[in-house]
Amino acid sequence: MASSASTIFALASAPGKSGVAVFRISGVKAAAALEALTSEPLPDARRLVRAVVRDARGEIIDDGLVAWFPKPHSFTGEDVVELHLHGGRAVANALGDALVTQGLRPAEPGEFSRRAFIAGKLDLTRAEGIADLVDAETAAQRRQALRQMGGALATIVEGWRGRLLRAQAHIEAEIDFVEDGLPQELGVEAKGVLTRLADEMAKSLADQRRGERLRDGFQVVLLGPPNVGKSSIINKLAGRDAAIVAASAGTTRDVIEVHLDLGGFPVTIADTAGLREAEGEVEAEGIRRSRSRAEDADLRLVVFDATALPRLDPEARAMLGPNAIALFNKRDVAAGMLPESLDGAGVLALSAKTGLGFDSLVSTIATKASDALEAGGAAVLTRARHRAAVTQAEIALRQALRAALPELVAEDVRHAADALGRITGRIDIEEMLDVIFREFCIGK
Amino acid sequence: MSGFDVIVVGGGHAGCEAAAAAARLGAKTMLLTQKRDTIGAMSCNPSIGGLAKGQLVREIDALDGLMGRVADAGGIQFRMLNASKGPAVRGPRAQADRKLYKRAMAEALAATANLSVMEGSAEDLVVEQGRVSAVVLGTGETISTGAVVLTTGTFLSGLIHIGEIKIPAGRMGDAPSLGLSKTLARLDFPLGRLKTGTPCRLDGRTIDWASLDMQPGDDPPRPFSYLTERITTPQIQCGITSTTPAGHALIRANLHRAPMYSGQIGSVGPRYCPSIEDKVVRFADRERHQIFLEPEGLDDDTVYPNGISTSLPEEVQRELLTHIPGLENSVMLRPGYAIEYDYVDPRALGPSLETRAVQGLFFAGQINGTTGYEEAAAQGILAGINAAKRAGGGEAFILDRADAYIGVLVDDLITRGTSEPYRMFTSRAEYRLLLRADNADLRLTPKGIATGVVGSRRAEAFATKRAALEAGHALMDGLDATPDALRGQGVAANRDGVRRSAFDLLRQPDVEWAQLAAIWPALNDLTPDVAEQLEIEGRYAGYLERQDADIASFRRDEGMAIPADLDFAQVGGLSTEIRTKLTQARPATLGAAGRIPGVTPAALVAVLAYVKRRAGDKTRAA
Repeated sequence: MASSASTIFALASAPGKSGVAVFRISGVKAAAALEALTSEPLPDARRLVRAVVRDARGEIIDDGLVAWFPKPHSFTGEDVVELHLHGGRAVANALGDALVTQGLRPAEPGEFSRRAFIAGKLDLTRAEGIADLVDAETAAQRRQALRQMGGALATIVEGWRGRLLRAQAHIEAEIDFVEDGLPQELGVEAKGVLTRLADEMAKSLADQRRGERLRDGFQVVLLGPPNVGKSSIINKLAGRDAAIVAASAGTTRDVIEVHLDLGGFPVTIADTAGLREAEGEVEAEGIRRSRSRAEDADLRLVVFDATALPRLDPEARAMLGPNAIALFNKRDVAAGMLPESLDGAGVLALSAKTGLGFDSLVSTIATKASDALEAGGAAVLTRARHRAAVTQAEIALRQALRAALPELVAEDVRHAADALGRITGRIDIEEMLDVIFREFCIGK
Repeated sequence: MSGFDVIVVGGGHAGCEAAAAAARLGAKTMLLTQKRDTIGAMSCNPSIGGLAKGQLVREIDALDGLMGRVADAGGIQFRMLNASKGPAVRGPRAQADRKLYKRAMAEALAATANLSVMEGSAEDLVVEQGRVSAVVLGTGETISTGAVVLTTGTFLSGLIHIGEIKIPAGRMGDAPSLGLSKTLARLDFPLGRLKTGTPCRLDGRTIDWASLDMQPGDDPPRPFSYLTERITTPQIQCGITSTTPAGHALIRANLHRAPMYSGQIGSVGPRYCPSIEDKVVRFADRERHQIFLEPEGLDDDTVYPNGISTSLPEEVQRELLTHIPGLENSVMLRPGYAIEYDYVDPRALGPSLETRAVQGLFFAGQINGTTGYEEAAAQGILAGINAAKRAGGGEAFILDRADAYIGVLVDDLITRGTSEPYRMFTSRAEYRLLLRADNADLRLTPKGIATGVVGSRRAEAFATKRAALEAGHALMDGLDATPDALRGQGVAANRDGVRRSAFDLLRQPDVEWAQLAAIWPALNDLTPDVAEQLEIEGRYAGYLERQDADIASFRRDEGMAIPADLDFAQVGGLSTEIRTKLTQARPATLGAAGRIPGVTPAALVAVLAYVKRRAGDKTRAA
């Protein structure tokens, strides 16, 4: 946990040369830092004012604009200062030096948002979005992180929760204010709302885990008999030596991964131990892992030796299917006809040695990744915890719709609302009573 | 006068329970009241219990308190509210005869050993080295004491409003308490101002009862107290009428004369007990609002018109009656009024209802911002027990949100504070399915026995009941049958080969008790009480199991103590707003901190991290 004792600063705008660069300072020393930099009293809060910024020796760093955001009305909830100076490395370095001299330190990645989250300025999903943005390696991941940071998930979940809260209030009103002459059929109306909500949740859950897969990367696994060139293929894909490539069978005992950015989509390709009868215990374990990895994968690349045709390794062939591509390696030294498809899988001719067929392989993987990760629109659930909470909420709502007594309906609805509340924050009973009192005339 | 262990100031519902509880624990206790005659008075509606409130009464009774027994003696119409819904949300309620209730309360207090009642007003408190040591009377006399429970109701700087008229009073006809308001201000307690109201009273002989719908009570009436076998008081009916558009027009035309609307009253009233002028303004499309006509006693013609609480001028109130069916010619005995009074922000209290600032000083009832006799009595019994413990030594008696509605009430008050008169609802209790009126004794009587507040008569009755329940439960667990055998008896059971017990079958909503009794005639030997309790437990079993898991997690959070001397300013990363809230409420546990509105999960993590780090530092230093 970052201590509030430290005051942090960072360049808030894009790095590099630019007309204006925005620097942000947050923490208890922000005010003193601004006073020291400008040798002026603090300006009015939340107003951009012109100021000459100097270092401790009085040397001018730049002539720009500054703004002062006293806590708690700031991005982080702490005292915040913004400096709008000219972009460029010299100004940034001089300012950084001046601030470090005053006892401030450069912020760690995501530290401003972490502070904002702790101060309750950001909900959990937006904070997660910022964290994802910092970690984003590809364009599609960045787009997803930006959506979540902008509140795409929070808006949906809060919308559900708001409607649930209202339905809950109506159910509770029928329980707690039975003598107050409430409108009839409140509970029946509420049940209609619960049905619609459960259906919407079910729909969002039926997204093939696109959001999580985009965060984790599109999972591709390389399979095949030993010595067919799997490691050479992965090295070619990665453009570097990721796996130990050796001529003797059974070298790749563990699962080795390379991470690629293919057409903006994150793709993880895992090289696996060759499929064959294991000779040693360690190798047997490696093969077991290969199979389990193959079962979880989004795409299987099953490698065959083109020089062995027409013989096809039976164990490798057993891994083919619609989620697979059959790769015939060593095509450079083997002629002969290849089938257009094999057991439902597409077929590609390849040479890890010459690079033959690799452009085609990369674009095929990229297309499959794009289809899997973005087809059908952007997913809103990006983490397992979101999915778990929405699943729980949906189950609770279905149970509520079957419950025989109003207090049991209420109990299930409360459970659903709690589950949703966990995604962004929490549910509050006082909030629900507010709805009751706002909408109904309660009290004799 | 020689000293006392505990002095309870105020003889209302909180004061009576506090004094009796302290005395039951063996503390030498004095109940100090302005007028002996007003002890146990019902200042507003003549009824006890209701939804959630009925549960509170049963909980008070389970701790051997007075309210349930007294209401049984004074009750003239008993009804189980929400009888058509499940047992967790049913609430026992009774109309009471004011005189019978008051008399029964006086008798119960007189029968309590170690308790003396004294007439007089408390003007000031003596506080020495942060601990209360004496009460100063209006006569100037000082009585020393080990602990004080203040239950001042609406008396602290009370001010009555009727239209443009203002009368300083604690209740119509009683002087307000001004000295104690000053004492509390001097001791730096955060004081606020609340408002409540009461309707006019009518002469029942002038009501046209024949033209009205009448509402009878339940037959037979079911008592509040686990010790009352049956109700012997004669039972009456209540009348039902409603306001009319003409009456609403009259109210609208006179709104500028209502203190809440003219600006004469600035304080906040309860949303769930609005005045009739409030209802007319806020729900302008409603053409009628229901009124229950509740007789105040068997030999008393006074009628309480429940539903038209108001502070409009007296002549407007009179005219309003002429627009209400059945009341056109009724005579008003006393106008309705609004009353403003001081309360203390209850975040100044700890979970035993002792103030954090002054040791030995406890607050209970409306002084803490609550409304309702039951809420007051519930705090009273807790404060009384803890005052006796403070005076005589012994561990504080604390109830949490999973123990009792009393726990919910106290926790809400001390962690969240309140900005309007606080009333209990079943929806405030997360563990509502567990906190039922039918099992309050099972939940609380053992705790009461352990802490010493439960007398031997109740302890014995409880032991008998619990043994019968346990035997009944064992019986039901032992009676089982295969799915095929059950299907033969007309019970829907999946053919999974698993034997189901009589108790398990209760989880199926379609299985009736009578069906079970037909299959297993031994069930007919259970007494109706035991059978009912077992049926409830069985019906809720699936939900209660899930709730048990929730409670386990709640108790884990409650188990993480926040040291009382923790300086929240030292906790990194908290916003000023959250820091202020934590400092005001001083939550004793991480769980309580999380229930303070506006405290974010991230802030809790920050507090937890700090507490753990500090604990680590201390261990290393030791």
